[in-house]
Amino acid sequence: MSLIDSPATELLQLLKSAEVTAVEVTQAYLDQIARYDGRVKSFLSVGSERALEQAATIDQRRGRGEPLGELAGLPVAVKDVLCTDGWVTSCGSKMLADFVPPYDATVIARLKAADAILIGKTNMDEFAMGGSTENSAFFPTTNPWDVSCTPGGSSGGAAACVAASMAPLSIGSDTGGSIRQPAGFCGVTGLKPTYGRVSRYGLIAFASSLDQVGPLASTAEDAALLLRTIAGHDPLDSTSAPVDQPDYLANIDQPLDGLRLGLVREHFGPGLDDEVGAAVGQAIKEFESRGARVQEISLPHSKYAIATYYVIAPCEASSNLARYDGVHYGYRTDEAAMLADLAEERKQLAAAGDEAGLANLDSPLMRLYRLSRSEGFGPEVKRRIMLGAYALSAGYKDAYYVKALKVRRLIRNDYDAAFRDVDLIVGPTTPTVAFGLGEMVDDPLAMYLQDLYTVSANLAGIAGISVPCGMTSTGLPVGLQLQAPPFQEERLLRAAHMFQQATDWHTKRPTLAAETP
Amino acid sequence: MTNTAYETIIGLEVHVQLQTNTKLFCRCSTSFGAEPNTQTCPVCIGMPGSLPVMNRQAYALGLKTAVALNCQIPEFTKWDRKQYFYPDLPKGYQISQFDLPMSEHGWLEISDPKGAFETKKIGITRAHLEDDAGKSMHDEAAGRSDSRIDLNRTGTPLLEIVSDPDLRSADEARAYLSELKLLLTYLGVSDCNMQEGSLRVDANINLHIAQGERTAATPIVEVKNMNSFRAVERALRFEANRQFESWQANPVELGSPGGHKTTRGWDDQMQITRIQREKEESSDYRYFPDPDLLPVTATEADVASVRGALGELPAALRVTLAKKYGIDAYDADVLVNQGRPLVAYFEELAAACDDGRRASNWVQQDVLRLLNEMDATIDQFPVTAAALGELLKFIAAGDIDNTRAKDVLQEMIDAQSSAAEAMAKLGIEKVDASDLESLCRELLAANPAVVADLKEGKMKAVGALIGQAKKQNPNVNPAQIKSICIELVKQL
Ligand SMILES: [Zn+2]
Repeated sequence: MSLIDSPATELLQLLKSAEVTAVEVTQAYLDQIARYDGRVKSFLSVGSERALEQAATIDQRRGRGEPLGELAGLPVAVKDVLCTDGWVTSCGSKMLADFVPPYDATVIARLKAADAILIGKTNMDEFAMGGSTENSAFFPTTNPWDVSCTPGGSSGGAAACVAASMAPLSIGSDTGGSIRQPAGFCGVTGLKPTYGRVSRYGLIAFASSLDQVGPLASTAEDAALLLRTIAGHDPLDSTSAPVDQPDYLANIDQPLDGLRLGLVREHFGPGLDDEVGAAVGQAIKEFESRGARVQEISLPHSKYAIATYYVIAPCEASSNLARYDGVHYGYRTDEAAMLADLAEERKQLAAAGDEAGLANLDSPLMRLYRLSRSEGFGPEVKRRIMLGAYALSAGYKDAYYVKALKVRRLIRNDYDAAFRDVDLIVGPTTPTVAFGLGEMVDDPLAMYLQDLYTVSANLAGIAGISVPCGMTSTGLPVGLQLQAPPFQEERLLRAAHMFQQATDWHTKRPTLAAETP
Repeated sequence: MTNTAYETIIGLEVHVQLQTNTKLFCRCSTSFGAEPNTQTCPVCIGMPGSLPVMNRQAYALGLKTAVALNCQIPEFTKWDRKQYFYPDLPKGYQISQFDLPMSEHGWLEISDPKGAFETKKIGITRAHLEDDAGKSMHDEAAGRSDSRIDLNRTGTPLLEIVSDPDLRSADEARAYLSELKLLLTYLGVSDCNMQEGSLRVDANINLHIAQGERTAATPIVEVKNMNSFRAVERALRFEANRQFESWQANPVELGSPGGHKTTRGWDDQMQITRIQREKEESSDYRYFPDPDLLPVTATEADVASVRGALGELPAALRVTLAKKYGIDAYDADVLVNQGRPLVAYFEELAAACDDGRRASNWVQQDVLRLLNEMDATIDQFPVTAAALGELLKFIAAGDIDNTRAKDVLQEMIDAQSSAAEAMAKLGIEKVDASDLESLCRELLAANPAVVADLKEGKMKAVGALIGQAKKQNPNVNPAQIKSICIELVKQL
C-alpha cells in the first residue's frame, strides 16, 4: 500500500515511529497533485514550497526529540473559504482573487499549532454558494470517479482531493450540505459538526447562523482525528459553544450497543433515485445485523426546509457580502474607465437637455459600488444577494424572513422530538449521485433540491456525517447520511466507524487518468 | 392668521461615546487623535471572516446610564444589523439595536432655577448601544475630488439616547442637554467632549399651530451639524421661526403633499439652517438580528446592583445639599452643576468651617473665580478644603473681614501657606476691643459733621469713619467699627 492510500491515522503512526518522514509524505501527495490535479482541478493554489519547508522543519524537530503537535507531518488541504495569513484566500470569487488576509482563521491557527502541513487551498463554489463547484469564478472541479461529473459542492475541491488521494485530510465548510453532499458524490467521509462546535473566526461568512467548518477524510477515524484538532470553544467567535470537547478517537472502536436508528419517512419519498435508495437500504440492514434497531420517524416540517433555507441563507448572505464594495479591499472596477464613462454620459445627457437623466446619474461613488459588485460577483452570488435583500426589505421581511425563522424553530423542534426516541437518524445524503457538469447550471431550483436531506441539519444546528455506502451501476459513489443530536459528534463518528469496520466502500478509490482533457 | 399662537415640539437624539478603553466589538483602542487607521484590526475594518465579540464594559456603562435615566431594562436584548452602503462603514452595516433595545421608557427631569419654564420630566423613548462609523475626509483641492477614510473611530461604542418629543422650547432643549451631560459626567460614562465627537446631538422639530378647533402640525425637520449646546439652542430658535414664517407664507401640514420630513443642517457661520435632504427617502435599513452575536440578558438582580451603585445623582443631590447645609435651591443648583468633585470640596469645606452658607458663598464667589482665572479644575486647586475652612473660621470669629480674607486666600495660594501663616505675613491680627473703642472715640471727636448726621439717623455717614479707621489700622473689622461708632453716638 502506497503512502497516499494509507489512512491518516496510519500515516501518523508511520511518522511517529520515523518509518517515513514528513517530507516523504508531503512529497508523495504533491506528486499525486502534480500528476492528476490538472484533470481533477481540486486546488486553487498548492503551497508546495512552504509545505516541503514545513515538513523538513518537522522532521528536524522530530529528529531532535522535540515535542510535536498531534498532526505533525500530516498534509491537510483547506477549502479556500478559510483565511490563511499571507496566502491568497479567494473564496472562489473574482472579488477576492487577490485578497491576502493578514491573519489566520482559528481553525488554521489550530492546524498550525498541531504541526499539520497546509498543502493547498481547495476550489469551491463562489462564497460557498452552490452544489457543484461550477460556481467557482476560476474553474470547475471534476469528480475523480468520472471527470464528466461534478464533485458536488460547495466543498467540491475539498472532497475531490481526498477521493483522488491528493490529501489525506481536508477542511470544508457546510452551510446547507456543502461538506456532506460532495463527500457523498466523491465517496469520502465528511462531517458537519454541531453549530458552535468549530470556530467560525476567519471563515469567510456565507450565512453566519448556518455555516460550520468540518473535516473530510477517507475514514470516520480520520475525520475524528481532524475534528479533535479543529474543534473547541474560541473566544473570538461569540457563537462558538463553551462546551467540553471529548476525545473523538478515544472510544471510536467501541461499537454502539442497542443503537436506535431513526429512518425519516420523508426522506424516502419521490425524487429519491432507486439505486441510491437500494444502497442506503442495504446499509441500514448492515446496521441492523449489528444489533441496531431501526424505527420510522417523522420530521413533518422537513418539507419546508428548502424554502426556509433559501430565505434565511440569502438574507444573511446579502448582509455578509455587503462589505465587498470595492472600497477597502478586494476587486475594484477600472476607475479611470468608470470616470470617463460617467463624464461621457453626463455630456450626452446635457446635450440632450435631459434634466431628469442628469439628476439620476450615478455619483462616482455609486457607480464604483455598482460596477465593482456587478463585475466582482458571479451570477449565483448576485441571485442570492438579491433574494436576501428583497426578503429583508420593508414590507416583505415579516412574510419571508420572520416567518422563515419561525419555521426554523419548528424544524428544530421536530428533531428534538425525534431524538427522544432514537439515537441517530439515518438516510441518504442526497437524492441522486453525482450529476454531469453543466447539467444543472441553468436550473438553479433543481440544484437547490440537492440539499433536500442535508439543509435541515444546518437549520436545526445539529451534527451530520456522510459516509460512502455503495456504488451505482455507472460506478459513482452513494452517500449515507447519519445525523446526531447537538454535540453528539462522538456518537456519530462511532456509528460511522462501526459501519466502516463492517464494509469496504470507504476504501474504494477511483482510477485516475493523468492527461488533461 | 398672523400672530397665531404656536407650540414648538422638539425631540432630541443624543449619541454619546462611552468611555471604554477598547472598541465595542474588538480590542482596538478608542483613544482620540492617533494617526489615521492605526487603531484598527480585521474586526473593526470588516475583513472577511472576522467576527465581533461584545465588550462587556461598554454594555455595563450603557446599562448604568439607562438605569440612571429611569429606563425599564428588559431581561433580554439583542443586536441588529442596520444596513447601508457608505465608505466609512466597512462592513456595509452598523451593529445597532432595533426592536429590542437594551432600555426604554425612561425620563430625565429638567428645571430652570431662573424660572424660564416649569420643572418637568422629559420622556426617554429608548437608549441603545451601537458601534460608530469611521470618518470620511473629502479633499476637493486641485480640481479632483479625493476622499480619504480614517477607520480609527470605527467600532467605538456609542449610546444613542432618544427623547420623546416633550421639549417645548430651545431653552428646554438646552436645559435637557445640560442636565443629560451633567448626569453622564456624574456617572463617569463619557467625557461628553463635543469637539472630539464624544457627544453629538440631532434634533427633530416642528410646530403645532392652533387652527380654531383643531391643531395643525408643520412638517418635521431633522436638524443636524450642531456642534455646541449654544448652537443647538440657536438652531432650534431659528428653525421654529423659520417654520412659522414658512407656514404663514404657505401653510403645508405634516403628512400632506410636500409635508414630508426633511433634513436641514445648521450653518454656524450664517446662523441659519440649510436644507440637506429634500427628497422624500424611505431609507430601508433592512434591519435583522446579527447572527454573529448572542443576545444579552440582564436579570433583576443585575439591574438592582447597578442601581445600588449609582451614588447620589444631580437631581437628588441638589435637594440634599439645600436641606443639609441650609442653602437655597439656586445655590445648590450652581454647586451641583459644577460636577461631583466640586460638590465634594464644598461639603468638606462646609464641615470644616461648620457653616454651609458661608462655604457655599466662598465656593461660588471665590473658588470658582480663582479656578476660572487659573483655568484649572477643583482637584488642581492649591488650597485644600480644610485649609480654606480654617480661614472661614477666622471670619466667623470676627478675626478678619471678608475683604481682607480674600487677600489672605490669594496669599495662601501664592505662598502655599496656611490661613494663619498668610494672615501673619500680611500683618493681620485681631485688634483689641479697648483699642477699637478708643480709636472710634478719636474719630468721632475729629468728625463732628458725621456725628451730627448720625444723630439725624443718616447711618450711611458712618462709612467715612470706617475708611479713616482702616487707614489708621488695616486690621480693624469694618462691621465692628460701625457698631461701636453708632453705639457711642447714641450715648452722646
Ligand atoms: Zn479593531
